[in-house]
Amino acid sequence: MAGTKNHDYHILPPDIWPIVGAFTALAMTSGMALWMHDNPAGKYIMLIGVAGLALTFFSWFSNIVKEAHEGHHTPVVQLHLRYGMILFIASEVMFFVGWFWAFFDFSLFPSDLTEVVGGQFPPKAIEAVLDPFDLPLLNTLILLCSGTTVTWAHHCLIHGDRDGLKKGLWLTVLLGLTFTAIQAYEYAHAPFPFGENTYGSAFYMATGFHGFHVIVGTIFLIVCLKRVYNGDFTPRHHFGFEAAAWYWHFVDVVWLFLFVCIYVWGGWGYPIH
Amino acid sequence: MATTAPPESFPAHGDAHDHADHDHKPSFFARWFMSTNHKDIGTLYLIFAICAGIIGGAFSGMMRLELAEPGIQYLDTFTKLFGVANPDFNQTLHTWNVLITAHGLIMVFFMVMPAIIGGFGNWFVPLMIGAPDMAFPRMNNVSFWLTVSGFCSLLMSAFLPGGLGIGSGVGWTVYAPLSTYGSQGPSTDFAIFSLHLAGAASIMGAINFITTIFNMRAPGMTMHKMPLFVWSVLVTAFLLLLALPVLAAAITMLITDRNFGTTFFDPAGGGDPVLYQHLFWFFGHPEVYIMILPGFGIISQIVSTFSKKPVFGYLGMAYAMVAIGVVGFIVWAHHMYTTGLTVNTKMYFTAATMVIAVPTGIKIFSWIATMWGGSLEFKSPLVWAIGFIFLFTVGGVTGVVLANGGVDDVLHDTYYVVAHFHYVLSLGAVTALFAGFYYWFPKMSGRMHSEFLSHVHFWIFFVGVNMIFFPQHFLGLQGMPRRYPDYAEAYAHWNEISSIGYAVMAFSLIVWFVNIIYAFTAGKKAEGNYWGEGATTLEWTLSSPPPYHQFETLPVIEDAGHH
Repeated sequence: MAGTKNHDYHILPPDIWPIVGAFTALAMTSGMALWMHDNPAGKYIMLIGVAGLALTFFSWFSNIVKEAHEGHHTPVVQLHLRYGMILFIASEVMFFVGWFWAFFDFSLFPSDLTEVVGGQFPPKAIEAVLDPFDLPLLNTLILLCSGTTVTWAHHCLIHGDRDGLKKGLWLTVLLGLTFTAIQAYEYAHAPFPFGENTYGSAFYMATGFHGFHVIVGTIFLIVCLKRVYNGDFTPRHHFGFEAAAWYWHFVDVVWLFLFVCIYVWGGWGYPIH
Repeated sequence: MATTAPPESFPAHGDAHDHADHDHKPSFFARWFMSTNHKDIGTLYLIFAICAGIIGGAFSGMMRLELAEPGIQYLDTFTKLFGVANPDFNQTLHTWNVLITAHGLIMVFFMVMPAIIGGFGNWFVPLMIGAPDMAFPRMNNVSFWLTVSGFCSLLMSAFLPGGLGIGSGVGWTVYAPLSTYGSQGPSTDFAIFSLHLAGAASIMGAINFITTIFNMRAPGMTMHKMPLFVWSVLVTAFLLLLALPVLAAAITMLITDRNFGTTFFDPAGGGDPVLYQHLFWFFGHPEVYIMILPGFGIISQIVSTFSKKPVFGYLGMAYAMVAIGVVGFIVWAHHMYTTGLTVNTKMYFTAATMVIAVPTGIKIFSWIATMWGGSLEFKSPLVWAIGFIFLFTVGGVTGVVLANGGVDDVLHDTYYVVAHFHYVLSLGAVTALFAGFYYWFPKMSGRMHSEFLSHVHFWIFFVGVNMIFFPQHFLGLQGMPRRYPDYAEAYAHWNEISSIGYAVMAFSLIVWFVNIIYAFTAGKKAEGNYWGEGATTLEWTLSSPPPYHQFETLPVIEDAGHH
């Protein structure tokens, strides 16, 4: 009996990356805490941590791809991965619930304790907000469009059209990068600063974390694109691609809520920049 | 099992991979530092939790020593332990805040959670559902090591400057503004990041448990045939998955308020410290169920085993836990009755909180109904389990008292609250941990513990913890506030008894350690099913300890099924 397994689950050999990842994460957070308190070593400890984490992610996911090629991802293991990704996205949704909670607290119950806010939202200290129907609307269209192109790529993949798959993915990645570039431009030209009052806090942290997720999603899609060129993914087995697409749709939906709630409703009737 | 692959779709085994050689354990370093085995990771979690529990328990010992009589006696000495040579009075008082913070955070995040979910959950969820391992064995390991990372971050925070002295004195709730402009210095950032790390660990653990339970049950084991411990871990995992990210957002706001000039919780910029409390308790209330639900599961297994009959009202028991989990998300503001909530809000949260007493009552009465007419065998796990039922009921009843917004206006932040939550946690969750320990220790180690020492441990512990915490109800009703190192003379009597109780409880832990040493040196070898006919779940079909990789051929659950 020993040594023969009669089931489809994936029993893994020991692996060094979990412990490396955990302690480089500690280096990252400790370095960041020291850096925030002007300790000269903090920056370097943080960078070592970030580099170690990046290496961990790279090696870990490379191993998963390798194991997929070796046939370890049986149908039931693929189902594990699906559950895992859906649950991960569910936890991400709750993370954004926290930021939206802060935003609605500030916008529905603006403080009248300080002249900075003066019982109104956006606060008195804010002279103008971004015009939601200018670049933010363009960004909305860009993300919605990228949702279409990633679905196009998926459709091509299922029907064996590798060329269409490449085109669709390239377009999605480029649209994602365009979104990030436009966001960076908006931040640089916004008429209100980071922090200082509730608007500057909620706006930048909520849209900033969304932007970070867009970057992560773009990297995920770039990895998929590279894998397409490597000849990975078959019409019936391509969960790595699907996970990237799910994640991409998730950041898309978060953006729609940000756009409607913060950009449109949150600044309704206020002077625009 | 949800999906079964045809054999030809699974060609790769016996490739270059050495893991085909299943019963050959890896070398020491690979086995314990690179583990992908749910039993080894469970063992690591249990050892870690015991170490963290000793440290967290030492902090509470320092607190009980200081509180044994009125005045400030020992805080100066304790402050020197944190590396301050000549502490001034402010630093000395700050040390008190550091002690309560460290005790709370360690016991919640690094003792109870790692032991009950990481330890027993990892060990027994796969065994009970007939699975060879967890769904994501590597992610299982990163969950463990991130917990260790978080603990390191918290320990480092104790020796860094924070606010008035060394260490972070923000309380386990990390309330703003004490945790923002009230605590300058890196210490509090380290403490907050320790929660980020432990939180990430728990979210990954939750994903792992949910996937494992939904997807890896043995053929024939439907959801309604799962052992109640598995149900309890499933509900717990959902609470972790949905509550922890909100905490992550809240403590990230703390970090940016502290260091980058945002004003989430700063009224000068329009922010609101009460917002922090809402976000924290939206996590914090599910968190207390996270700590107790797996305990419910353990108690259900034990009561059923030693009554030699299935649990009374199995489905009611399972769905009572689901109900507790769901309702647990909509009662959070009962921790905030004195923050100026409107009367209508307090009415809602009072009513919603009382609703939780219904499913909890279902559980208590069903345990009693299971024992009713059973052929009871008072082995150590059952004695601990009955202790749990009694102690948890006391904590539950005082919880109903505190649920009332009006009553809580008087009792909020008094020792009555301290007594209440220690009855449900350190007397509830920890008693469940010991019950589970005596139930499963021989299964995990292969050695029998001493029944006699286990009973001695129970009775000394039971007397000790009741001595510590029952008098604290009186102190609270008399108005003694929590989180102070000193108190009026009038409170001296019950405080002295409480501190003596601590010594009694600490002695019981020595009995426990002696028992463990006895088991490993002189304990009898444990059979596969050492509890006999009452123990019907799948872990009892295996040897003690189970093989390194169990269920290489999946067990098939017959229609009659076990609960």
